[in-house]
Amino acid sequence: MTVVQRILARASGRASVAVGDVVEPAVDLAMSHENAALVINQFREIFRDTGLEARPWDPSRLAIIFDHRVPAESPKTATNQKRVREFVAAHGIAKFHDIRGDRGGICHQILPENGYVRPGAVVVGTDSHTTSHGALGAFAFGIGATEMASVWALGYAVNVEVPATIKVTVSGAMPPMVGPKDLILYLVGKLGAAGATFRVLEFHGPAIRAMPTSGRLTLCNMAVEAGATSGIVPADAETLRYLKEEAGVGEAVEPVGPDADAVYERAVDVDVSALAPQIACPHTVDNVRPVGEVAGRHVDQIVIGSCTNGRLDDLAVAARILKGRKVAADTRMLVFPASGRIYRQALAAGYVADLVEAGAVVMNAGCGPCLGVHEGALGDGEVALSTTNRNFKGRMGNPASDGYLCSPAVAAASALAGVITDPRAEGGR
Amino acid sequence: MSAATVVLALGDDVSTDVIYPGRYMATVLPSETPQYAFADLGAFNARLKAGAVPAGSVVVAGKNFGCGSSREQAVSTLKGHELVIVAESFARIFLQNAINLGLRLVEARGVAAAEGDELAVGATEVVNLTSGRRFPATPLPAARQAIIDAGGLIAYTRRRLLARVERR
Repeated sequence: MTVVQRILARASGRASVAVGDVVEPAVDLAMSHENAALVINQFREIFRDTGLEARPWDPSRLAIIFDHRVPAESPKTATNQKRVREFVAAHGIAKFHDIRGDRGGICHQILPENGYVRPGAVVVGTDSHTTSHGALGAFAFGIGATEMASVWALGYAVNVEVPATIKVTVSGAMPPMVGPKDLILYLVGKLGAAGATFRVLEFHGPAIRAMPTSGRLTLCNMAVEAGATSGIVPADAETLRYLKEEAGVGEAVEPVGPDADAVYERAVDVDVSALAPQIACPHTVDNVRPVGEVAGRHVDQIVIGSCTNGRLDDLAVAARILKGRKVAADTRMLVFPASGRIYRQALAAGYVADLVEAGAVVMNAGCGPCLGVHEGALGDGEVALSTTNRNFKGRMGNPASDGYLCSPAVAAASALAGVITDPRAEGGR
Repeated sequence: MSAATVVLALGDDVSTDVIYPGRYMATVLPSETPQYAFADLGAFNARLKAGAVPAGSVVVAGKNFGCGSSREQAVSTLKGHELVIVAESFARIFLQNAINLGLRLVEARGVAAAEGDELAVGATEVVNLTSGRRFPATPLPAARQAIIDAGGLIAYTRRRLLARVERR
């Protein structure tokens, strides 16, 4: 069995599962964000006229993180957040992360950094980028609000079809100024936006083994942009190191790997040794080219952050390139760390000072402008270059703007020049 | 199999940002989301809000309809207008959300239709009555059909809960 098959077999109390089997896996962690307001609504609806009390099956397995619109941008959002807080208090949900500088942040950073995700776990989230948590060897996938309400009621996910798995083997060593974001953009371009729909991407190879958990989170985060149900990196020594040293997990953790005779639907092999920095062009994530092909295009707004690339090493790359230099006069640069913890680490390391002195605006931890609901809106005809995960028409709030997606190195080098720039040619240090 | 008019014909990779833009995500209730359906396609949104699109009208699209966000508003907003979605393929979370909320959708490989065409949408076949072309429909897996048959996931889960209580 593949890793995900092994996880699903364990979670549904079966000796084995095959592709296409329908299982009902017990859920280890059920995550939602502001859309918990809708989950609560649907949850109460399930219990209506049953005579049963509407209580989640196990409040210790619920996680709720405010990140999409923080601090609230409207009375409507603020009222939704207030309703969620009342639910959290009523049910004693400990894994609740409010709008705070100490323990707040984006759900896909908060879960790993607090040790909530373990190898072999089944994680569901009312967010499509829940695929991120495959970075820790968990089977993690996005669901809708009503499905989450069902999980809260039952403790398991109903009618999960065991997905086929594509084995992605990544060899070679990353060249300078090339990283996990370039790899996943390349893969999404190669597979296509629906190339892995109803499939899992299972990552192997020396370049994956050498990649820190932060990079694996970037990789698995965007598996959904190829349509995948989930991405997964089988847990290894790096996973155990991350859980112990960075997530503060004291107890023993058992990695889950694939069986030697695991059956894959197909294999995709990538050698990153000669990979160039990549860029996704408007208006689909799979419209990917080497950055050199669009170099020189003016950029109005640079965004560095998000659940994809708002981690400490992302900010470190940007700070190294921008330290002592200036963001181009006719370009705005917005930086939003993925969590309060990362913000504090970036402060301590001097990255925040480097970025602000270069002209960037460092915002609070959260989803920021990524999904176009909150801040950092674009004007008509403007161009954004962003380390986020989606460039659909209208994604960043204005359907009359253009969005490009890239790595922190490409974003930082382009901020200096004010035009899309290959970081190997310009600004690279 | 009943005939219905194609009111909107779209291409591949129609994202949830097109169906229900993120800036309206603070609106969550199915009773309130229909006003923002295809909000950035101004003329079509205006027709929906004016009540000029009859229930059962068809939206036709290419591959990967509903890609992107897990936002359930993208389904409830279409369900609110009782639109029927016929596409070459759907993104996974959108498909599951549609089944959970009872939005009618049909996957039909190679489907081709223009706005104004009349379609007969059946469970096993979609016929374009205007062009005369026929497209086989992919049947839903039994596990998903069970949720539809129960009347959606809320009713399905409620039934499971009550069964569990009775067993005790």
